[in-house]
Amino acid sequence: MTQSKAKDTQSHEEKWRQSLEEAKVAEEQFFMTQSGTETEPLGLPGQIEGLDYERDLGYPGQFPYTRGIHASMYRGRLWTMRQFSGFGTAADTNKRYKFLLDHGQTGLSVAFDYPTLMGYDSDHQRSCGEVGRCGVAISSLKDMQTLFDGIPLDKVSTSMTINGPAAILFAFYIAAAEKQGVSPKKLRGTLQNDILKEYIAQKSWLVKPEPSMRIITDILGYATESVPQWNTISISGYHIREAGSTALQELAFTLADGLAYVKAGIEAGIDVDAFAPRLSFFFDSHMDLFEEVAKMRAARRIWAREMRETFSARNPRSWMLRFHTQTAGVSLTAQQPWNNVVRTAYEALAGVLGGTQSLHTNSMDETYALPTEAAVKLALRTQQILACETGVPNTIDPLAGSYFVENLTNEMEKGCYEYFDRIEKLGGVIPAIEKGFFQREIAAAAFRYQKEIEAKKRIIVGLNDYLEDEEEDIPILKIDPHVDAEQSENMKELRASRDDKAVENALKALTAACNDGTNLMPKILDAARAYATLGEIADVFRQEFGAYREPPSF
Amino acid sequence: MKRKIKVLVAKPGLDGHDRGAKVVASALRDAGMEVVYLGLHNTPEEIAEAAIQEDVDVVGLSIHSGAHMTLIPLIRELLVKNGADHILVTGGGIMPKEDIDVLESRGVGKLFVPGTPTTEIVEYIKATVEARWKAEVQ
Repeated sequence: MTQSKAKDTQSHEEKWRQSLEEAKVAEEQFFMTQSGTETEPLGLPGQIEGLDYERDLGYPGQFPYTRGIHASMYRGRLWTMRQFSGFGTAADTNKRYKFLLDHGQTGLSVAFDYPTLMGYDSDHQRSCGEVGRCGVAISSLKDMQTLFDGIPLDKVSTSMTINGPAAILFAFYIAAAEKQGVSPKKLRGTLQNDILKEYIAQKSWLVKPEPSMRIITDILGYATESVPQWNTISISGYHIREAGSTALQELAFTLADGLAYVKAGIEAGIDVDAFAPRLSFFFDSHMDLFEEVAKMRAARRIWAREMRETFSARNPRSWMLRFHTQTAGVSLTAQQPWNNVVRTAYEALAGVLGGTQSLHTNSMDETYALPTEAAVKLALRTQQILACETGVPNTIDPLAGSYFVENLTNEMEKGCYEYFDRIEKLGGVIPAIEKGFFQREIAAAAFRYQKEIEAKKRIIVGLNDYLEDEEEDIPILKIDPHVDAEQSENMKELRASRDDKAVENALKALTAACNDGTNLMPKILDAARAYATLGEIADVFRQEFGAYREPPSF
Repeated sequence: MKRKIKVLVAKPGLDGHDRGAKVVASALRDAGMEVVYLGLHNTPEEIAEAAIQEDVDVVGLSIHSGAHMTLIPLIRELLVKNGADHILVTGGGIMPKEDIDVLESRGVGKLFVPGTPTTEIVEYIKATVEARWKAEVQ
């Protein structure tokens, strides 16, 4: 308790502090960000002493891009409304894509099922019961063609959430476009292709870290030449955050991964200014609104400085951190699911205040299943209302200059560099992964967060406060269990109708490329065009590079 | 020395979302149980074999991939077939209530949705296993 001077000799600030103290509801109060730092009760000029507008903020579209990477931001072009989507067979998902496009979505985003994510064909033994359940089943070029049937690939941009087998799905997409008469030079989209965060958080992989990095640099090299409008990596924090990390860890681990990819690309002999402009990012947007905005602003500034100063990139496009945002799935509750509509709206607002280029809003029913049409439409409308009715996009980086937000942005940056140091000391990102550093930080943060909720330090409405006895039933999307049989039929037909010799030769050539160091992409493309399946191509990688299995620990 | 409840925590199938499995494993350990953590990408056969070999009281399954209607009954079946139907099969993840009701009616223990406090899971396991131990003695 502070000793208070006589009220008439106090400064305004002291007076305010005393009143704040007197208003305390309890001795122990919990006003923590999700990164475990105390939230300042009041932003004050002293907190941002030394902040230099030109040096630390700058203008939108100018180094260090703190205020946004485009001069006009949403006044020139709104963020892309890009709903992550996929389930059942390619035909099922094709329908859902057309529904979303009809309702005003402006970009496509493919969610693959687990067998696809892990490089198994739909009819593989390990795929049993998993086909089409949490994403769309894509086992071949034929499936990819069906997925985009009636969707001209030169007219849309498509993000594909795929990592271990990314090169294979990329090849399927390029080949599917060819079948539509569209040149790879015209293709716009993003490949998630961020294997480092798989080992750290999302846990869907094919082979071990080193050969995985080789596959990625091959993709970078190939795309830089042949698919120049394509974003080759979506360096992601979303999954790291969803796995339990704090906002600060999300920032630091994501940027560390990004810098590791830049290093790898340079070491593979690709000019940094050739590939860096096509790196992109993917962040979570969680419930502590100001912390999320500060995280995104800090991310832009740190990346710009690292790219220009550490890697000596000269192309301003190499300095720009472009990102997609998804609202935090993990913040949604199974209890009173309609509350999730509200959570998603707040999180979407944070993403837009943070200057995202692209946004996915979760549906309220996703704590139970994949979204129904009605739920995903409402999620899309959430973005449209934000865009059209709130006035927020009419001005750029409106929170700039806030003592509170600028201080928080600075703190995020400081904390990020502290993590960079720790990762350096461990030998870099891959050694840190092998030592389990990120995984332990994440698991500890997740456990801590759960304990805070159980102790009612953190209140989650409907979960540990404002409880209801009767739970409302909401419609749930059901995946037709016949999807396994349907895909098996498709696979049978595919195998029967293709030239087995061509497939065999293509896989042989790919095997050779794995071992002689030549770029894998052209050989993967040849295999794709011959209708080799995802599993057949992935088997070559598993064979030549060694499959990966994570040693269990908690 | 007090007999410890032994729990196998595993993720079956291809699902990689292990935040919940790790949090629950930590909570069970903090509650004095012995935890055998099998991690990711286990086949039902691997899980049943480990459960029997380790002579566990409980198998805790975590599934967020929508594959629960195939994988959970399969694991329960394997345990029953191999004379281990005393092992409590419990777990949780992303599962609609309808599916949970079906699974629970087929000999699977309670399945927990997101938001369940770890204390509830600990209490459930304690109550169920201790009741079984008591019944075995009698």
